[in-house]
Amino acid sequence: MRDGEEKTAIIRMFHVYRHYGNKTAVVDITLDIYKNELLFINGPSGAGKTTLLKLLYLAEPVSDGQILVNGMNLSRIARKKVPFLRRNFGIVFQDYKLIPTKTVYENVALVLEAAGQKRRLINKKVKSVLRTVGMEQRINALPPTLSGGEQQRVAIARAVVGDPEIILADEPTGSLDAAAADHVLGLLRAYHTRGATVIIATHAQELIRKAGGRVVHLNAGRLVNMPDH
Amino acid sequence: MRYLKRALQDIRQNRFLSLVTIVTIAVSILIVSAFALFFLNANDLINAWKKGVHIMVYLKNGVVETEVSRLQKMLHGLVGVEKVNFISRDEALKQLREQLPRQSFLLDNLKQNPLPDAFEVHLLPATRNWAKIEKLAVQLEKLPEVEEVEYGRGWLGRFAVVFNLFRLAGYALGALFFLAAVFFVANTIRLVLYSRREEVEIMRLVGAEDRFIKTPFYIEGMLQGALGGIIGLAMCLLLFLAVSSNVTPEFFGGAFQIRFLPTGMLITMVLTSMMVGWLGCFASLKQFFK
Repeated sequence: MRDGEEKTAIIRMFHVYRHYGNKTAVVDITLDIYKNELLFINGPSGAGKTTLLKLLYLAEPVSDGQILVNGMNLSRIARKKVPFLRRNFGIVFQDYKLIPTKTVYENVALVLEAAGQKRRLINKKVKSVLRTVGMEQRINALPPTLSGGEQQRVAIARAVVGDPEIILADEPTGSLDAAAADHVLGLLRAYHTRGATVIIATHAQELIRKAGGRVVHLNAGRLVNMPDH
Repeated sequence: MRYLKRALQDIRQNRFLSLVTIVTIAVSILIVSAFALFFLNANDLINAWKKGVHIMVYLKNGVVETEVSRLQKMLHGLVGVEKVNFISRDEALKQLREQLPRQSFLLDNLKQNPLPDAFEVHLLPATRNWAKIEKLAVQLEKLPEVEEVEYGRGWLGRFAVVFNLFRLAGYALGALFFLAAVFFVANTIRLVLYSRREEVEIMRLVGAEDRFIKTPFYIEGMLQGALGGIIGLAMCLLLFLAVSSNVTPEFFGGAFQIRFLPTGMLITMVLTSMMVGWLGCFASLKQFFK
């Protein structure tokens, strides 16, 4: 959040649960996430960070409770409206999720093509965003030929190319060396500075220390120790 | 245009599966079109025969002129008869000479004319079917002055019956090949979908609507259908050219000329094969996106 700005919640969670059979991955989470906030969801592996993010873009449904995104109640959203909900988010997946048979350019352009943008605009935006993440030289490369850091930068480019209001990053530096992790963090912070709400799920304390922003801690699916909430 | 490009890209990336689908559709269309070609020409042949259908009534030797004219009147009065021509044995021999100009010398050596007097009985269009002709012929054969009745081309009558059986079998086979082709396309698209399920999942996660994901598959299916259809028809045309070059109009007595499928039918077949592609996609996409 920038100083002096009024806090407006872009995401609201009310007593959210996610069960898998007898196991519960997310337990009674109530949380507001504000516009233009940089939020870290911190916790050890298996704490429920990824599940919580998945609930936000409806990769999985909530078992109980309610989530509002930009005023949309995810429990009541029609199936055919889900793609429109997802266009509010730019998602950086833990395993990058790049299409191996498509070039860097095509992977990034996919978001805009899916949104029905014109070819000229797609070309301009994709090249611009690839320049920003430093991947303009590898525009025609296929993902399997890229390093982990490069793939993560392409994933970030794909997440931001549609100018989403919210960027979700799941362990964005998890498999990167220190230099590549700094670069990725720098990019995410830059998009936060430009006005996006950035939510980063990570177990890396070092990353949080460097970046600043609000931190919520998750343990065994529960929120613990929330000083800012 | 964007969808078409993606569909073409998919076909290129899954060359083998696409080829199998195209060949399957092509073979199905070849078989169905070969049947259609047979029915079309057999129907033409039967129609041509029906137009010129007549019964030859050969008289016994020694039937006197008064009897002949009484018989002609009687024949003309029969139900279903359009006109009756009397062909005397002399006239018949003359016609034979004209029909066999090179062999006419053989006829010169005949001591007496072996041909009988005859009536050529032409039928009304309503009577030009096998059952009615046969009934009339039996009636004529019973006349004491009549030696023999020939309604020629009897095999054509039987052929008409067999032809109708074939037509039924053709419809059944056509339906069977249609279903088989739909099944093949559905399976191909299903295999493509499974090989690309991660890609489809990513598309959905980045906000692609189902329409955006499905449309290229539908285009792909219809392109495969159209290609298969065109190839199948081209093979049928080659087959037709090979056969028709050996069949002259005289082969069927000049009554009709063998012909290829008309343009309307060709277009219908290509459209049908495109529909096969579309249906195959529909079946597998419905299951995949359930």
